Amino acid sequence: MSNRLSDRMLSLRDWVDARFPLMHLWEDHLTKYYAPKNLNFWYYFGSLAMLVLVIQVVTGIFLTMNYKPTAETAFASVEYIMRDVNWGWLIRYLHSTGASFFFIVVYLHMFRALLYGSYRGPRELLWVIGMGLFVVLMAEAFMGYLLPWGQMSFWGAQVIISLFGAIPYIGEDLALWIRGDYVVADATLNRFFAFHVIAAPLVLIGLVVLHIVALHSVGSNNPDGIEIKKNKGPNGVPVDGIPFHPYYTVKDMVGVAGFLFVFAAVVFYAPEMGGYALEKDNFTPADPLKTPEHIAPVWYFTPFYAILRAVPDKFIGVLAMGAAIAVLFLLPWLDRSPVKSIRQRGMVFKTALTIFVVSFISLAYLGTVAATPIATLFSRIFSALYFAFFLLMPIYSRWDKTKPVPERVTSK
Amino acid sequence: MSSDEIDYGRRRMLIAATTAMGGVGAAYVATPFILSMHPSARAQAAGAPVEVDISKLEPGQLLTVEWRGKPVWILRRDEEMLENSRSLEPLLRDPNSDELTQQPAYAKNEHRSINPEYMVMIGICTHLGCAPTFRPEVAPEDLGPEWKGGFFCPCHGSSYDLAGRVYAGVPAPTNLVVPPYHFTLSTRLVIGIDPEAA
Repeated sequence: MSNRLSDRMLSLRDWVDARFPLMHLWEDHLTKYYAPKNLNFWYYFGSLAMLVLVIQVVTGIFLTMNYKPTAETAFASVEYIMRDVNWGWLIRYLHSTGASFFFIVVYLHMFRALLYGSYRGPRELLWVIGMGLFVVLMAEAFMGYLLPWGQMSFWGAQVIISLFGAIPYIGEDLALWIRGDYVVADATLNRFFAFHVIAAPLVLIGLVVLHIVALHSVGSNNPDGIEIKKNKGPNGVPVDGIPFHPYYTVKDMVGVAGFLFVFAAVVFYAPEMGGYALEKDNFTPADPLKTPEHIAPVWYFTPFYAILRAVPDKFIGVLAMGAAIAVLFLLPWLDRSPVKSIRQRGMVFKTALTIFVVSFISLAYLGTVAATPIATLFSRIFSALYFAFFLLMPIYSRWDKTKPVPERVTSK
Repeated sequence: MSSDEIDYGRRRMLIAATTAMGGVGAAYVATPFILSMHPSARAQAAGAPVEVDISKLEPGQLLTVEWRGKPVWILRRDEEMLENSRSLEPLLRDPNSDELTQQPAYAKNEHRSINPEYMVMIGICTHLGCAPTFRPEVAPEDLGPEWKGGFFCPCHGSSYDLAGRVYAGVPAPTNLVVPPYHFTLSTRLVIGIDPEAA
């Protein structure tokens, strides 16, 4: 009986395979896709980013069923979801917490690339596509934050759209075109809803596909920064590679379980994350005539916001903020070190990376507080260090005393 | 030329011509979509003029009305306020309102208004669009002893005097915008229409 069933399943598979490259895809991307055998903790965050994307898409679809994207009804419909829709509070908290965790996971994923030089050749395009994902993700998060139509939603959008107004000549018209009205208004809310639920997610998913296609073509980097494809056994399989499935699918499931522990703890016990994920002023409906006493973006934008505020000139401030993101795209060409991984780099790079991480976290904090003279001074210092990390990289990465790259991956 | 030889020049020309024509077509198709994002006829109509009765406005009092969805301030200034503003001129970036796009020609004067007593301006910070707060008091604790009354933006710390003139050394680049307006009576004004157009 069971034999006959498995025979039937096999013949079904063959029937599909004759019409669709099922086994071909399965082998190319899972059972015969060889990843370095020394991938560590830092390699969880790519698959976790995909998990969060799925969480956001699914919860987003269910939120859309009850959310009403007009200036008249948006705030009340979110409260309706929170109070009256069955399990609405959970779906909404999963979505709002998911947004913050998306950035936590993506920032750690990017930090991994900095640690092990994953952006270096032949993975430059992989990094550039990833940066494209980061930019679209920021746009997606920014537009989503307008939808609850609270005070922070409104004034945050007003400030960010006004940034475009700083561009000479075309700026004011561009800002008007983005808003679709003379101030942030119903038209703005409606189009942001369209972009947030359709346009940006489509682009995001498309870029994820490109990111994975590029990754599976060049193969994963690893903590030792060795190209495992250069050392293949007689069967054509990299000697330091193991099949992605079952080895890394199982490993990633451990990561998923660990992630969900933390995620659920926040969703159930601290969904506002102390006012950082859902800001207190956003529990007041949008009032176009009154700005809250202190406005700050959600935490994941604050490093860039602190750079914006550090510059006393409006246009140069906007330029500096844009440059802080744009410079990341150039990373593969700024790094001139003969080695990739931090394991072979010397003290110069390790110090530079530490300064960069301290600057980034400090800027993230400074972007949340009021712009007092002392905070502005520190913002300026850390902004300078942020840019110095990138702009001086062609010099100090070459200077650095590096260790030789090992022949084989290490198991430490 | 025999029929089985490939004419690459002809092929390139055809590809270029097809691409160019396709590009023109794509640009035409994109136009209505891009223009659909401009303010709609209804949004533009909502920019209709607003008539305000200011007969009950006391000296030193600020009235906020909505025009095109934006807050418009009408401030009745007394002689002391005007005097204070005048004394601030060395601290201001553009005391003579030389930036012509920030006010109509009839408001390009030291008090930036038609009638010195009534200041009319759009209450949106020229830095990043927050609504500044009205701080008429002289030398309050948080703004320092130099403060002689004005507007302070809580978002990024820009400050303006009581004529909406921006201080030097703050993030906001220009003075607050004066909208077109005119008086129909001495205590009645219409925001949105210039005097000569009325």
